[in-house]
Amino acid sequence: MAKAAETATGADLPDVDTTRRLFHTMALIRRFEERTEEQYTRARIGGYCHLAIGEEAATVGAIDALSEGDALFASYRDHGTALAVGSPPMAVMAELFGKETGVAHGRGGSMHLLDAARSFFGGWGIVGGHLPIAVGAALAFDQADQPHAVLCQFGDGATNTGAFHEALNLAAVWHLPIVFQAINNQYGMGTSVAQASAEPELHKRAVAYRMHGEEVDGNDVLAVREATARLLAQAREERKPALLETLTYRYRGHSVADAGKVYRTQEEITEWRKRDPITRFGLLATEHNLLSADEVEEIWQQVASEVKEAIDGALEAAFPDIDSLYEHVYGDPAWREQFARMEPGAPFGERAEERTWQT
Amino acid sequence: MADMTYREALRLALDEELDRDDSVFLMGEEIGRFEGSYKVTAGLWEKYGAKRVRETPISEGGFLGAGIGAAMMGMRPVVEIMTINFILVAMDQVINHAAKIRYMFGGTVGVPLVIRTPGGAGAQLTAQHSQSLEAWFAGCPGLKVVAPASVADAHGMLKTAIRDDDPVLFCENLVMYNVTGTVPDDPDHTVPFGQAAVVREGGDLTIVAHSYTVQRALRVADALARDGVEVEVVDLRTLRPLDAETVAASVRKTSRALVAEEGWATYGVSAEIVARIHALCFDDLDHPVVRVGQAEVPMPYSKPLELAALPIEAKIEAAARQLLAECGVL
Repeated sequence: MAKAAETATGADLPDVDTTRRLFHTMALIRRFEERTEEQYTRARIGGYCHLAIGEEAATVGAIDALSEGDALFASYRDHGTALAVGSPPMAVMAELFGKETGVAHGRGGSMHLLDAARSFFGGWGIVGGHLPIAVGAALAFDQADQPHAVLCQFGDGATNTGAFHEALNLAAVWHLPIVFQAINNQYGMGTSVAQASAEPELHKRAVAYRMHGEEVDGNDVLAVREATARLLAQAREERKPALLETLTYRYRGHSVADAGKVYRTQEEITEWRKRDPITRFGLLATEHNLLSADEVEEIWQQVASEVKEAIDGALEAAFPDIDSLYEHVYGDPAWREQFARMEPGAPFGERAEERTWQT
Repeated sequence: MADMTYREALRLALDEELDRDDSVFLMGEEIGRFEGSYKVTAGLWEKYGAKRVRETPISEGGFLGAGIGAAMMGMRPVVEIMTINFILVAMDQVINHAAKIRYMFGGTVGVPLVIRTPGGAGAQLTAQHSQSLEAWFAGCPGLKVVAPASVADAHGMLKTAIRDDDPVLFCENLVMYNVTGTVPDDPDHTVPFGQAAVVREGGDLTIVAHSYTVQRALRVADALARDGVEVEVVDLRTLRPLDAETVAASVRKTSRALVAEEGWATYGVSAEIVARIHALCFDDLDHPVVRVGQAEVPMPYSKPLELAALPIEAKIEAAARQLLAECGVL
């Protein structure tokens, strides 16, 4: 069992409310994802399903550092991201179930969660593809002279795409307020960072763009939070982008279809589990009397019931009406009129007006 | 009405929209001090400054993606891709991102982005700089793809594109930039999407085209008129949304159709038009629909070879004459 002393990283101890919030969010994510895995095996969730169990501190610590108005972008391993920004667990689970009450009304699923009202702009499925888009959000802040910053999270695999390099270069050359967070969980699917990256210390790639780069223990929620807050402040105030590498580990496979065993050893997984981010933070909190052991237990019970409610509510929710299939392809007020002449009686001319089949 | 070139009409539209709406800004390679590779943005950098006419590195995937992100945040970026050939390095951003965002996020965010880019061929620019790839995009739900063939449409459709709440690929044409025409004296002149135009009326044959090929079709119509054949020319104007009704109405009248395009016909715009004609007015056809596109080779450099590959007037006219002869009209 990890000693709390091992978690001391120089970050200031948080107050009780912050401690409770951080622990609660990480525990919620852990329980939510464990139950998600189970729901997947019960075939209530389809498609891909990427779990981030073990990575909660890297997600929660960074997101907790955001200020009102800042924008957040994430990869497809995004269940925790959505929960960390405060999206209702029921709406997140409903999205995984493909229900109309889901955060994307059942159009996006596991990989495309978002919550625009909470400035969370996805949930993206092409590795590296959302980095230039996040740069564009920072550009919008710059164009409109808004005092906000962007946090863009992605996995280690994204750092070998051209989009990563183009995004960092643009952010640096245009002095944009953005923090790139490489959540290095050691593997891009089954390929290790060392195997895939000529410079495996990913934060060092910032040097090529005269950008600040640093690494932090991604299993230490306070260290992640401190580093992200500092870099976001620098981005907002000095218009200096940065690359933050958070070192962590996913206990599960790349997706639920991957047992996660052929490319790594059980010993490696066991070693990382000794540094479990939630266990460590719980120990720190109790040793410093920020939370009692009873309170920790209460939080676990609380998140278990929150997740149960989310599942129950998502199960009860309706699937989208299939008559809504063509909604949201376009959003301009004139779109129906624009497409009206494509073929009479059909939105894009691909289907007969009367449906004679059933799903 | 003011006389101007296609290039000047585009510039006027950009100028008017930059002036009208603070959320509009331009991005692209060499569009500032250099005034644009084809000088469309000349003078705008001086007038609006480096922030609203933003020069970019050669990084299409990067800055096109940045345009998408800025649009998601409520800006109205107009991204210039120097030629449509270069958009291929940013294809992921266009197809996997811009086209999908509104739908996969359940309608909660939109992408009011315009991508301006010229295609076309004929100046010995060879295989990597002579493509007409608009059909690749026009098949993708979530995008709007437009291709103005006149000076007035260049102005009015670009303004419509900038004011539209969805991502629009605005296809210009290298050969069109110096074409002259008139533009209405109205800063709110816009041309609605999804409405094709009958740019010449006739009763014997319908030629359907878009972009510069409309100009070629009009010259073919002139040539055939000298032999007493009346050709109707339909300018598609927008490829997605597509106005199939106007095409069908014309074919019902003439009973004969030829579809011409600057790109490859196989799986091309003309393939789609033929399918729509088939569905809407098969029984009105007097002859199978004929297609003319670029020869199905990468564009060669040597001038005689290039001319042999282009869908020039002589080829369109020859195809039309053969069709008419087989129908007993010529």
